[in-house]
Amino acid sequence: MRYKLLTAAFAATAALQFAGPAAATDLEVTHWWTSGGEAAAVAELAKAFDATGNHWVDGAIAGSGGTARPIMISRITGGDPMGATQFNHGRQAEELVQAGLMRDLTDVATKGKWTEIVRPKSLLDSCIIDGKIYCVPVNIHSWQWLWLSNEAFAKAGVPMPKDWNEFVAAAPALEKAGIIPLAVGGQAWQSSGAFDVLLAAVGGSDAFLKVYKDKDAKFAAGPEIAKVFKAADDARKMAKNTNVQDWNQATNLVITGKAGGQIMGDWAQGEFQVAGKVAGKDYTCLPGLGLNEVIATGGDAFYFPLLKDADKSKAQEVLAETLLDPKTQVAFNLKKGSLPVRGDVDLNAANDCMKKGLAILAKGAVIPWTDQLMSQDTQKQKEDLFAEFFAKPDMTVEEAQKRFADLIAAAD
Amino acid sequence: MSKSERPNPLFRNLNAKVASIPMILTASVVFVGGTLWTVLYSFTNSKLLPRLNFVGLDQYYRLWATPRWLVSIENLLIYGAISLVFSLVIGFLLAALLDQKIRFEDTFRTIFLYPFALSFIVTGLVWQWLLNPDFGIQHVVRDLGWTSFSFDPLYNSSIVIYGISIAALWQGTGLIMCLMLAGLRGIDEDIWKAARVDGIPMWKTYLFIVIPMMRPVFITTLVIIASGIVKVYDLVVAQTSGGPGIASEVPAKYVYDYMFFAQNLGQGFAASTMMLLSVVIVIVPWAYLEFGGKKRG
Repeated sequence: MRYKLLTAAFAATAALQFAGPAAATDLEVTHWWTSGGEAAAVAELAKAFDATGNHWVDGAIAGSGGTARPIMISRITGGDPMGATQFNHGRQAEELVQAGLMRDLTDVATKGKWTEIVRPKSLLDSCIIDGKIYCVPVNIHSWQWLWLSNEAFAKAGVPMPKDWNEFVAAAPALEKAGIIPLAVGGQAWQSSGAFDVLLAAVGGSDAFLKVYKDKDAKFAAGPEIAKVFKAADDARKMAKNTNVQDWNQATNLVITGKAGGQIMGDWAQGEFQVAGKVAGKDYTCLPGLGLNEVIATGGDAFYFPLLKDADKSKAQEVLAETLLDPKTQVAFNLKKGSLPVRGDVDLNAANDCMKKGLAILAKGAVIPWTDQLMSQDTQKQKEDLFAEFFAKPDMTVEEAQKRFADLIAAAD
Repeated sequence: MSKSERPNPLFRNLNAKVASIPMILTASVVFVGGTLWTVLYSFTNSKLLPRLNFVGLDQYYRLWATPRWLVSIENLLIYGAISLVFSLVIGFLLAALLDQKIRFEDTFRTIFLYPFALSFIVTGLVWQWLLNPDFGIQHVVRDLGWTSFSFDPLYNSSIVIYGISIAALWQGTGLIMCLMLAGLRGIDEDIWKAARVDGIPMWKTYLFIVIPMMRPVFITTLVIIASGIVKVYDLVVAQTSGGPGIASEVPAKYVYDYMFFAQNLGQGFAASTMMLLSVVIVIVPWAYLEFGGKKRG
C-alpha cells in the first residue's frame, strides 16, 4: 500500500516536470546580500522574477563576497552550477568566462538594446569579453564618499568641513573633544579602499587611471602619488584609535558621534537609514571627499552559468530581462541604497545623498573602479600593503610608496 | 605455530586487511595524490582555474619576497614555540598536581578539559571579547580603580601573536593534561615506592624517572601539538582576522586567501608546498630516529 502511494507520488512529480514550458521553472540564484537592507532589496528582485511565472530559489550565502565567491566559483567549476549568480562586475568572473563556463547573453542584450539603456557605458563594457556580453549589471555602488557626523563636529565646536583638507585641519579639535577623527575598520579591504578613494580625490581621476589602468609604475613612484601617500598618512594618524573590525561597526561610530567621519562606499547609507538618521541633518556626505566629485562605477552584476536544461536556460533569459526592467531597477535600488544602471528611470524617492550621486552620474563624471581594472590577485596584494600601512605607525610613507610602485609594476 | 602449511602472509588477518582498504585508498588517492597534484601545479601560473602552464620557480620567488608571508612564518615560529613549551609544561604540571590523589579530581579534570570541547572559532570569539580593551579585562580592571591599566594585546601589532597564543593555550592545555595524566597513571606504583625507599625527593623522581618512562606519551603529545601549530587558521580568523594590519597572519591563512580570495591558485599552492616542506623537514629526522632505531634495537 505504502509503495503504491510512493509510486503515485513519483509519477505525479515526474508528470509535473514534463508538463512543458508552461509550468514555472525553478532557478536558483546565489548572492551575498544578507544584511537587513540588502535582503529587502533581493526580495524585490525575487518578486519581479516570480511575477513572470517562474520561481526564484534564493541561494543567499552569508559572510560577504570574500566568503561567498569561492563557494560560487567552486560550484560552477565543480559541475553543479546555479541558475544565476552575483559577482561584482569586472574581472572576478573573467576566467570562468574564458573557460566557457558562462553563458553568452549577447542575443538577449541585442534584443533589449542594452548598449543604449545602460549608463554609464563602462558598466556594460566590463561585462564584455571578446565582443560578447556575459553579465547583467544591476546597480552602481561607489566608494567615493566621506560620511561625517554632524553631532561630532558640533561637540568639538568646529564647523562642518566641506572637503578632505578641512576635515584634516579639524582633526586636532575632534581629538581634543575625545572623538576619533576618522573611523577605519580593521579589515584589510577598508584601508585599501580608503586609499583608492584618496587617490582619486587628492590625485585626481587622471592619476587614478594612470596608476590602476595603465599600471604606470614610474608615475606611481613619483611626486604626485607622494601627495596621496601624505594624505593616507594623515588618514592613518586620524584613524589610529579605531578599535573595530567590521565596516558597519566603524559606520556605527560615526552614527553615534564617537567618530568624526568615515571613508566608505554608499552602502554605508543603509546603516544611517536603519538608525533613523537624516541626510543633511544628522550626517553629511561628501562625494569624492569634496575635492574631486566623481563616482566610481563599481557595483554588482549577475552572471549566468551555461546550463544544459533548456527550460532553465529560457528562464535565465527571462531573469536577465527582468533585472534591467525599469520597475525592478527602481524598486531594487531604492532598498539597496545604490544607483540604478539606467538613466531613464525616475528616482524621486531618493534621499539627498543619492541625489548628489545621481547628479554626478548625469554629469558623466565617472571612473571605473578597481574591480574592473585589476585582477583579484593584485587587489589582494594591495590590501595586504595598506592593511600593514594603516596598522603600523613606524612604516614610513616612502617605504609604502616604494612597495606600492613595485606592486603596480607587477600588476595584471 | 607448527602447522604443516605456512599460510601466505598476504592473507593473514584477511578481514582486517579488507577493512582497511577504504582508508588505504583514501590515504593514497586523496592525501598523496592531492599532495603531488598541488606540488605540480605550484610550478604553474594557475589563476582561478588550474592550468598546466609552467613558470618554474616564479611562484616561490614571489612568495619569499612577500612581506606578508615572512610575517606569517615569523608568527608561526613564535606561536609554535609558545604553544609547544607552555602546553607541555602547564599540561604536565596540572597532571602532576592532579596525580596527588586529591579530592574532587574528576571535577578538576572536567573543568580543565572543558575548553577543549569548544571549537577554535568559539574560543577565538570568547577571547576576542575578553581581550577587547572596551569590554574585556582592561575595562574590568579600570573599573576597579586602576585607570591607567592597559591590556590590549589584540590591538598592538608587536604582541598580538602572544594574545592569540593565550587563547590557544587555554583551549588546548586541558587535552595535554589528560594525556599526561593517563601517562602518569600508567607508571607502576612500585617505582614510586622504590623511589621513596631510596629517599629520592618527589620532584627528582618526576624529572629523572617518571618523565623518561613516559616517552611514548610525550611523543604522542608532541605530534598532536605540532600538527595543531602548523594548521592554525580558524583561531586567527576568529580573533583578529590577521590584524592589526598583517601583524597576526599565519601561513595557512595566506594559502587560503591567495587560493580563493586572490584567485591565484599557483601562489597558494606554492605556499602550501612550503608548509608541507617545513613539516617534512621536522618529521623525517624524527621518524628516522624513532622507527629506524627500533629496528636496530
